[in-house]
Amino acid sequence: MADRKYTEDHEWVEVDGETGVIGISDYAQEQLGDVVFVELPDVGKVLDQRDEAAVIESVKAAAEVYTPVSGEVIEVNEELNNDPSLVNSDAHGEGWFAKLQLTDPTELDALMDEATYKTFVESLS
Amino acid sequence: MRYLPLTDADRSSMLNRIGVSSVDDLFVDVPAAARFDGTFDLPDHMAEFAVEGHMSKMAGRNTTTADVPSFLGAGAYRHHIPASVDHLTQRGEFLTSYTPYQPEISQGTLQALFEFQSMVALITGMDVANASMYDGATSCAEAVLMARRVTRRNRALVSGSVHPHYSAASETQAKYVDIKIDICDPDLDGTEDLTDQIDDETACVVVQNPGVFGHVRDLSPLAAVCQEKGALLIVVVTEAVSLGAMQSPGEMGADVVVAEGQSIGNPQGFGGPYVGLFAAREKYVRQMPGRLCGETTDVDGKRGWVLTLSTREQHIRREKATSNICTNAGLCALAFTIHLSLLGENGFRDLAMLNHARASQLADRLADVDGVEVLPEAFFNEFAVRLSKPAGEVVDRLAARDVLAGVPASRLYGAGTELDNILLIAASELTTFEDMDALVAALSEELS
Repeated sequence: MADRKYTEDHEWVEVDGETGVIGISDYAQEQLGDVVFVELPDVGKVLDQRDEAAVIESVKAAAEVYTPVSGEVIEVNEELNNDPSLVNSDAHGEGWFAKLQLTDPTELDALMDEATYKTFVESLS
Repeated sequence: MRYLPLTDADRSSMLNRIGVSSVDDLFVDVPAAARFDGTFDLPDHMAEFAVEGHMSKMAGRNTTTADVPSFLGAGAYRHHIPASVDHLTQRGEFLTSYTPYQPEISQGTLQALFEFQSMVALITGMDVANASMYDGATSCAEAVLMARRVTRRNRALVSGSVHPHYSAASETQAKYVDIKIDICDPDLDGTEDLTDQIDDETACVVVQNPGVFGHVRDLSPLAAVCQEKGALLIVVVTEAVSLGAMQSPGEMGADVVVAEGQSIGNPQGFGGPYVGLFAAREKYVRQMPGRLCGETTDVDGKRGWVLTLSTREQHIRREKATSNICTNAGLCALAFTIHLSLLGENGFRDLAMLNHARASQLADRLADVDGVEVLPEAFFNEFAVRLSKPAGEVVDRLAARDVLAGVPASRLYGAGTELDNILLIAASELTTFEDMDALVAALSEELS
């Protein structure tokens, strides 16, 4: 698995060179319930770390997705417009939200790795 | 909680406890200039029958549109409301129902709202309608805010055909939102061309049809320009009955249609409560304000209704909701639905055509009066006329003769403009030939 990092708000970023794909964790999708709509950012939008990158609507809640890293949006997952439930079925894979051109890779250092995030989630229950 | 009036002892005990000597001391924070410093000259209690007599006497001083020939319109129209509308809306199941969050106990109300939405979508030529806004003006303001969300642009262009109350409501709503409202000069002759004013920064163009001065226009060319520039075309309709006779705004290319629904099933009632219609293209449904009712099936496969797409609303999305409206005009929407159901498609068309026929007859008669010039060539049931004298004064003098001649433009735009001699005159299926005679006779005398 590539280098995937997590935030305390349950977003993840998977970095490949100078680009990063962002999404929400499996734990987050489970908490939200059935996702019915995802509002994606415009390609070309420049986001600072922790800016709102997307909005997820589930049957009973709406939640903002904040970007774990700064960067410019270079691609979004159009598939989510047709099938938002991909967030539920494959949060770490096909349920990705956007791909960013990273502007400050040092931000990654402060994020949690897989093992740390797992411990963090366990501490929540 | 029981409601019992306070005794003097109760009052002084509470004042003592919080450490003030009188109720007036509670208001010392209000600037002295704004405080009323005297005693109210209010009558002592009266018996119930005496109060009734007193109130009826006061109410008797009103001249209502039902009492005398009335040509008042300008956004509030007098139409016949069948007795069955009142009878059905007064039923306890409808009258006392509150927000229908629980579909298991609210199927009747939800179905009525669903029918309402279906009818609004049908007559406006749109894909989807919400379960109503407060009134036409707030509906218009909501459409402007929606256009900003959809286009992510910050300028709204409001045509001079739009009723000034609607423009004002949009300005009020826009005040604390980053959107600039450009309002065009009153379009008295109905020839306004907005093409050059629509650019890549324009979120929406708001236009009214029929316009506030009565002009009926083909909006297709404007719709084409809006589409080319990526701006939403918002069409305002202040007289919903017109939708029965005219090509729908949707067919002419509107993206959003907002309307005042009062005309159908609801009385003029001194300005409210009314019901705002809001309809749009389906692709904008997630950006729409207000409540939406949807059709579904229950566990047994039976048809049923629920509130849907609620994640747009503030009880879920909080400050990022599409609107801060948190209710709908349920009972007025119900009256609208019942009346329109009773009319049916053919009845609605006939009603609209009758309105137009009455207005045309009236315009023909007025055109022969010296000092009256009928302005629009094409209109529905209301038209502007130019008088040889200031319209406000003429209206006052005719009111004294028990003829409500119409709404002077000065009431909408303020006195002292070039519109001072302009009068808006409306007719409806209730306008009789005797009413027309009365107006023509009174106007002829006043203007001679």
